[in-house]
Amino acid sequence: MMLKLISRRELLKRAGVIGAAAVVPAGARHPPHGDVAFAPPQAAPAREPLEHLTATESDVLEAIVERLIPSDAHGPGAKEARAARYIDRALGGALASSRPLYAAGLAAVEQAAQSSRGKAFKDLRPDEQDEILSSFEAGTVQGVAGAAAFFALVRAHTLQGTFCDPYYGGNAGFVGWELIGYPGVRTLVTPDDQRLGADVPFNHKSAYDYEMFTKTIASAAPLGAMTHGD
Amino acid sequence: MATRLKETDVVIVGLGAVGGVAALPLTQAGLDVVGLEAGAWLTKRDFAPDELRNNYRGWPQSAQKANQEIPTHRATASSAPLPRLAIHPMMNAVGGTSLHYWAQSWRLNPWDFKVVSETTRRYGSSRIPGGSTVEDWPFGYEELEPYYDKVEVEVGVSGAAGNVNGTIDRRGNVFEAPRRREFPMPPLRGTGFTDLMAAAARTLGWHPFPGPAAINSRLYQSRAACMYHGFCNRGGCHVDAKGSTAVTTIPKAQATGRLKVVTRAHVTNVDVDGDGRATGVTYLVDGAEFQQPARVVLIASYTYENVRLLLLSKSKPYPNGLSNNHGQVGKHYFSHNQTAGVSALFPWNTNSWYGLPAQGTAVDDWADDNFDHAGVDFIGGGNLWVYSDRRPIAAASTSTFGRTAKSWGSEWKAFITDNADRTNTSYLQKTTLPYEANYLDLDPVVKDPLGFNVCRITAEYKENERKIAAFIQDKMEQWYRAAGAIAVERAPVGPMGPSTHAYGGTRMGDDPATNVVDRWGFSHEAPNLGVLGASVMGTSGARNPTLTAQALAWRTAEHLAKSFNAIARRRT
Repeated sequence: MMLKLISRRELLKRAGVIGAAAVVPAGARHPPHGDVAFAPPQAAPAREPLEHLTATESDVLEAIVERLIPSDAHGPGAKEARAARYIDRALGGALASSRPLYAAGLAAVEQAAQSSRGKAFKDLRPDEQDEILSSFEAGTVQGVAGAAAFFALVRAHTLQGTFCDPYYGGNAGFVGWELIGYPGVRTLVTPDDQRLGADVPFNHKSAYDYEMFTKTIASAAPLGAMTHGD
Repeated sequence: MATRLKETDVVIVGLGAVGGVAALPLTQAGLDVVGLEAGAWLTKRDFAPDELRNNYRGWPQSAQKANQEIPTHRATASSAPLPRLAIHPMMNAVGGTSLHYWAQSWRLNPWDFKVVSETTRRYGSSRIPGGSTVEDWPFGYEELEPYYDKVEVEVGVSGAAGNVNGTIDRRGNVFEAPRRREFPMPPLRGTGFTDLMAAAARTLGWHPFPGPAAINSRLYQSRAACMYHGFCNRGGCHVDAKGSTAVTTIPKAQATGRLKVVTRAHVTNVDVDGDGRATGVTYLVDGAEFQQPARVVLIASYTYENVRLLLLSKSKPYPNGLSNNHGQVGKHYFSHNQTAGVSALFPWNTNSWYGLPAQGTAVDDWADDNFDHAGVDFIGGGNLWVYSDRRPIAAASTSTFGRTAKSWGSEWKAFITDNADRTNTSYLQKTTLPYEANYLDLDPVVKDPLGFNVCRITAEYKENERKIAAFIQDKMEQWYRAAGAIAVERAPVGPMGPSTHAYGGTRMGDDPATNVVDRWGFSHEAPNLGVLGASVMGTSGARNPTLTAQALAWRTAEHLAKSFNAIARRRT
């Protein structure tokens, strides 16, 4: 991730010279609605390790997040945002207390697929997957305690993974922010930016594209030293 | 064995919104002050515009002393405990929660100081709700006005005055009490949406105005103006435009050379002598124990921790906790009725992605006693507030106002794609009264990692609060509809759990039988122990408490500086 962030920053720096169009494709201001199918990401996802989930767990989770926020005529979804990658990473950190719930919950989803359809959850048709997820959401799935709570947890984390700052491994390529029209992190906002009907361009910036919030400034710049202790 | 430190004139427990203010008049008067703060110094670089970190992972509230001692909560003395919060509503750091609060900086309405006498005079004493222990404050608004003024200048408050020495200005709050001069800064600007809401309020005959905020609307005392970047809600300021005490009164107090700031100091006891006077405090830093002798002790942590520290500080003169020989510590507790919100869906984008919770439009027509209560069956009211504050995860988590069958899948996704920027949620602060049955004490079972019992809340909203909530929801819906909302949703009143607006527990008043501290904020029992914070407030008003708590802290500190030899324990 660190490498990716650095390359993004470099890309943006370069964009300042060669023009924003190099980074923000024309027409990216609003996601296509209905009439235009979105173009899938050009590059296949980079090779990603399974950081905390098992391979089977990861397959189930990838399939779940894809149904929660599907890729469709309204644009890319949780899959393209890499929401499952966000969750896998966070399970070793801020969401570590949820790791046992994921172990139990993902196994229960897989078990439900096997017992009702005789297939892995990832290999079911979308409508079959939705049926299982709906039974978890309603808490009606047989023999699984806490199914509804698990569903709510995964939904909340999928929203985080789709719409969070890309630093955390989700909202890849800012697809989540573009989907809902969030123009990106700015540290200065003008009165004009807050008008009704203002067309604020997507800037494709993470909080950590601003150096003052990173470790890099500590050794060099005066901003960090200019604190209230002075 | 505690390391005994050199005696100081005053020790302040907690350098947050109120302790950080009190330090300034004390040190300027020439007193030596030690400020003990459980948290650390944070700087602009710590305040990244990062929703996940600020609003979902509880940074900077996480990994704090406060999180080891989250209060427990039950509705009544006979009901089961409710689920405990995962994160304490407040934080520890130099500046405390003033680092990341909304910074709405209101003066109370004069009625809030005289709820009992004014209600009795206008409507009869039968209108005081049964079971309420509400009293008039020991003084009125005019006593606090000079201190409101001092704090507004020192922390830097922006706003539009509605009443300067009796002259009404309709650009401000026409219901506010007289102030001696304009705000130090003009109000924060409006947005397209909040201006539209103001216009809608005027069509209803109401009196909208921009709210007051401890946020710079222009360069002020060498601090930058607000950048309106959208991460102010539980986020600190990256340009120090928010008037946290960490960037205002505390550095000014340090500049006197008389304030010693000790960080990561976890105070475990207020120490007393055989005569019942405070002798100082005991605290831990990374497991090492220190005793800080002081001639005066001011406790300035949050309401829950003020009460808890007193109840934990048991001694021979105070077997039931410090200053609790009248059994009043923890009593008259209430938290602000901010639940029962109202949300709206508009048929156009509101463009609320940027801004801050303090950037908005207020309506005070239905607050306090600003309208005739003869025809309603409650006293008090609510302040209506709409503001510009939206972040992506929260926006995607919006209600669908019943317009989709599911909260996931393609139909739901189409809704949020179209409507993420078309919703608004109002902030409705409503009068809340103290009641006999609502109180704080120590949880008999739940302890912090050091083995000290945590604070327990026993409280629920009563009839008066519920009636106000319903009344104010009607008004808010009317306002949203007038602005063109196509759907409106109401939230329930809900439980009265740990809150950022917690009052009482060490109430201020002349009668020691019903109040812990006197009219100056000093204990009726331990005369050199002062209490700072909203824990001394006996009524809430319909607006954020911080400025009032800060004005009271300044007043207590100034009184102490003027009467130091009379109040202080003799030098040891």
